[in-house]
Order: sequence, then C-alpha cells, then structure tokens
Amino acid sequence: MSTPIATSVSGEKRYSVSVASRTNFYILAAGVIIFIILATLPLFGGTALTRRLVDFFTLLALAELWNLMVGYAGLLSAGQQGFIGIGSYTLWLFADKFGIHPFIAVIFAAIGGAIIALPAAALVFRLKGGYLAIGTWVIAETLRLIVANIKSTGGGSGITIQAASQLGTETRVPGAYWWALASALIAIVVTYLLLRSRTGLALKAMRDNDLAAESAGVNLWRSKMYTWVIAGAGCALVGAIVAIHLLRVQPAAAFHINWTAYLIFITVIGGMGTIEGPVIGTIIFYVLRETTSKYGTWYFIALGILAIVVTIWSPAGIYGYVIKKTNFMVFPLQRKLSVLDEGTAPAEIGTGAEKTAG
Amino acid sequence: MDWLNAAVQGILLGGLYALFAVGLSLVFGTMRLVNLAHGDLTIIPAYVALVIVGVAKFNAFYSIPIVMVIMFIVGYLLQRGVLNFVVVRGDIAGVIVTFGLSIVIANALQEGFTANSQGLDAGKIENLSITINERLAIGWLPLLIFVMALVVITLLQLFMNRTKMGRAFRAVSDDQEAARLMGINTRHIWAVAMGVALLIVSIGGVMMGIRTTFHPLLGADRLIFAFEAVIIGGMGSSWGTLLGGVILGMAQTLGARAFGSAWQILVGHVVFIIILALRPQGFLAKTVTA
Repeated sequence: MSTPIATSVSGEKRYSVSVASRTNFYILAAGVIIFIILATLPLFGGTALTRRLVDFFTLLALAELWNLMVGYAGLLSAGQQGFIGIGSYTLWLFADKFGIHPFIAVIFAAIGGAIIALPAAALVFRLKGGYLAIGTWVIAETLRLIVANIKSTGGGSGITIQAASQLGTETRVPGAYWWALASALIAIVVTYLLLRSRTGLALKAMRDNDLAAESAGVNLWRSKMYTWVIAGAGCALVGAIVAIHLLRVQPAAAFHINWTAYLIFITVIGGMGTIEGPVIGTIIFYVLRETTSKYGTWYFIALGILAIVVTIWSPAGIYGYVIKKTNFMVFPLQRKLSVLDEGTAPAEIGTGAEKTAG
Repeated sequence: MDWLNAAVQGILLGGLYALFAVGLSLVFGTMRLVNLAHGDLTIIPAYVALVIVGVAKFNAFYSIPIVMVIMFIVGYLLQRGVLNFVVVRGDIAGVIVTFGLSIVIANALQEGFTANSQGLDAGKIENLSITINERLAIGWLPLLIFVMALVVITLLQLFMNRTKMGRAFRAVSDDQEAARLMGINTRHIWAVAMGVALLIVSIGGVMMGIRTTFHPLLGADRLIFAFEAVIIGGMGSSWGTLLGGVILGMAQTLGARAFGSAWQILVGHVVFIIILALRPQGFLAKTVTA
C-alpha cells in the first residue's frame, strides 16, 4: 500500500491503515494535466465555449458548497440564493460605486457573504431540520425584498454593472472564466482539506449522530458555524462572478429559489456526502439542460422526479453506488484497514462505502 | 386605508394563514415531516376547482366539498406512495423529497395551466361587504375565511381529543414504535394525516382563488407564511397557530399601511425575525421538539 498512516501488530497479523491508494496518485497526475488544459482554455477555446464553462464551473462550486453544508454538517439550507444575490449586489456596490476593479471586487463580495452569514446563523440555528430549511429561505426572501425596495439599486427591475461592461468581451469572459474555475477549485480544495482536518472528523461524527458527537466533545455549534460561513462566503463569491458574467443583476433572478433547486438536484443525483458526487451531478444537469431546455421546463421537472427517486431508493446517489461497487474514491476520505500477511499479497479488508447522509 | 381598517383586514388575513399553517403543523406533529411542498399543495385545490367549474359550470363555492374530497385522496395516496418512505428516514430525506415535489408541482402547473393568473367565479359574494362606518368595511369572503379557520381548529381539536382516530394520531406523534406495538398502523395514520391536512388547505386554497387571483408560483410565499405563523404561535398549539397567523397578517397589513404596499411582505418577515430572535419557542408552544 502506498501511504500507510499507521501500522500495528496484533497477534500474528500485521495491520496497516491507509487513506490513499496508488491509483489516487495516477488520478492526481491526470488531474493536474486536466487542470492545465482547463486553465489555458480561454486562450484557444473560443468565447462561446468559455462562456458555457463559466456556467458549468459556477454551478459546480455552488453544488460543492451545498454538499459540504448538508452532506457533512447536516445544515439543510434552502436559502443559498440569498448569499448569491448578496454577492451579486456587493460586486455592483464595490465595482460601480467605489470604483474597484470588478475582478478584485469579487473578493469583497465573498467577505460580504461571510458578514451576512454571521447574524443569519444566530437566527436560523434556533431552528432544526426542515424548519431550518424554511428559515434560511425566509432570510433569502427578506434580503431580496430589502434590495428590491431600495431605489438606488434599481429596485425590482435591477441594474447594469457598468464597470463590468466597460471591460469588453475579450477581458471580461476570460476573467469571469478564471474566477469561475478558481471558485470551483477552491470549493473542492477547501472541502477536501476541511474534511481531512480535525473539524472534518467532527463534522462526519456530527452528521452520523449529533448526540454521540457532542458527548464525545465535538462543539456542534462551532463546527456548523464554520461550514455555514464558508458556504455563505463561497456562494457570494459565485454570485459576484455570475454578475460579471451576465452584466446585469435583478433581485428576482439573483435571489431565485431555483438556484437552491439546482444545487439540491445536482448534489442528490450525483451523490451527497462525497466530493465527486456534485461533479457527476453538475455534468448530468448541465448536459440535460443544454440539450432539452428548448422544450420548456420539462428537464427541470424530470430532474426533480429523479432527485426524489434517488433519495428514496438509492440515497447515496450515482457516486455512492460506484463506491459501493468498487470501494474506490477519487478524493480519498475514509481510512482503509488492510492485513499485511507475510508471503501473501496484502488483502484489503473492505471497510465498505462510507455511510452517506440520508 | 385607515389604521383600524388595516388592523381588521390583518386579523382576517391571519385566519387564512392559520388555515394554511394548521395543515403544515398537523403533518409535522404526526410524522415530524416538514413538508416543503405544502405551499404548492395549497395552490393545487384552486386549479382543481378551476377544472371542476370549467366542466360543471356552477358557482365556484359548490366545488369546495368536491375539491376537499379529491385533495384528501391525493394526500392519502401521496403519503402512501411516496412520503411514507421518507418519514422514517429523517430530516435530510424529508427536505429533499418535499422540496423536489414543490419544484415539480410548481413547474408542472406552469406547463399545464401557463404562468398566467387565473380566477374563480363565485358571483356577487366576491365584492359584498358589511359596512360598519364610512372608514371600516369588512368583506364577507375574508370574514367567512376567518370563521372557517375557527371552525377547522375547533373540529380538529375535537377530532384529536374525542375520537379513536384522534387518539391514534396522538399516540403515533408521541412514540411511533410504541404505537405500532399497540397495533396502530402508522403508515395508514400518516396517510390520513396528510389527507386531512390537504383537505383543510383546500378550504383556504379555493376561497383565496375566489377572492383574488392565483398562479403556479404562489407556493413559496404560502409555505413561508404558514411556517411563520407556526413558529410565531409556538409549535404544537392550534390556537397558537391562529395567533401566529393573526400577528403575521396584522404585521403585513399595518406594514403596508405605514410604508406602502411594496413593504407588506417584508414587514411581515421582519416581525417574524424579531420574534424568532427574542422568543424562539413562540407564544403558545406546547412542545419544544423540532
């Protein structure tokens, strides 16, 4: 085995515990190559493809963040559109009112999201489970109505982001693309590092049984708070990228509940509680939308039904099914126990698929 | 609109919110399921009435009993066919499935009936009102909705406290394992609870269709108002839900009177948030389990 993190001897057998397997290193190498291709894509890919991929990567980033929140921290948010909207409007504020370059104003949007997330947490954490979901929805609606009632933000009809349109297509599209790619990468890396850390163990313990986790010394409130604020800042960051991309912000669109619907469907179908699941889910969602949206919202209805079916009959989603069959993860998070027997090849004792939420 | 008039309209509006909230609360009480499709399920009765009135050509009021029966059956089958699989699996599955259902219903109604606003015709009662003085007039229809809320809550309490089925509801709510050991068919009880919840929202759903117009995307607001009424009033209390509805309704109409109609819903949310911050258990809470 490639990276034993601990070995021990018990009786006649030697045991080894490892996280990654050799295949994971090949995949990491392939990942680096794919990343280089994606990072240089605006230089050779053409504007149309680049634009489409902005959509794809922003959705992926949002889905990863929702997955972190629900799949690991058990925070059932139906109000992420509130942070997306706040991000879009914060970008407008910093870019058009304060004259900061839009690509830098994106960072302020993320900070804005984190600042909104703190008092919002104090409120919605008083609620649990499904009621927390509606509570987050109320917060998002409240933010939408506040923005829609302010005259200087253009009210309900929205506002054009002048600073972004002045950039010109040849600067704006690649810039938005790199930010979108970066946001997806940040979401994945932050999720992975967080889950490999002490807080990650706490989160997984909390997801599986919050009472047991708390009695083992996990600070539930703090662990939930971390993920909530990270997700809030991340969604606001994505909201800012979307604003640059679309050039226009409207309260009804930026704070639309469909954002949350996309995230839920993507994560559930792909596989909740895994990093890879949302990637698969985003690809399915994106391909389906691009090929069938000319027939109206039927693709959306179909995805909703699929999400219901998956939740009831195959709650681990598509990727969960893959793990169950192969016991392999691209982003290894579980610790595998193997028996090192002298003379024979090390035989893996299947720890099975990690318990997925639901 | 005068202040007193705004307050009275708010109280009456509260009756409507209570009618919607009682259904949400009943489902949560018996099976600990927060039904995110509840708002959309209050829109369906209006469309069912629209179809019935379109076929039978009578006053929309007469369609209410038929719609109630249809929605009871819809609720029963929905629970047995889909939601019973979710109830035993906890919060995450419940939220995902009912949220998915909400999106499916809203978009399917839009595909089937277009996004345009529709109305139900019930003749003269739509505009009749009792004039108290030149500044205060109470519409018959809002008053009727409020009275229906009182009747529904009273009947529901009698049902819960006096009937064998009601006792089974309470038993399942308290401890579903123990209830099952006592020979109660929990799956049947949950299905009846969902049926009754949809039967109750049918009254408010159709009457609102008569009073104003409706369209497929109203569900989100209906769900949120029902939720706010439940939390303000305190979970598990029917009269608390009515109180919560009235507080929310008054916050909205008085808010509109003070700042203009664009602020109506926002003021309602703000009052809800203040109450959640200061008194998270609500005003008349019976249970604290969430």
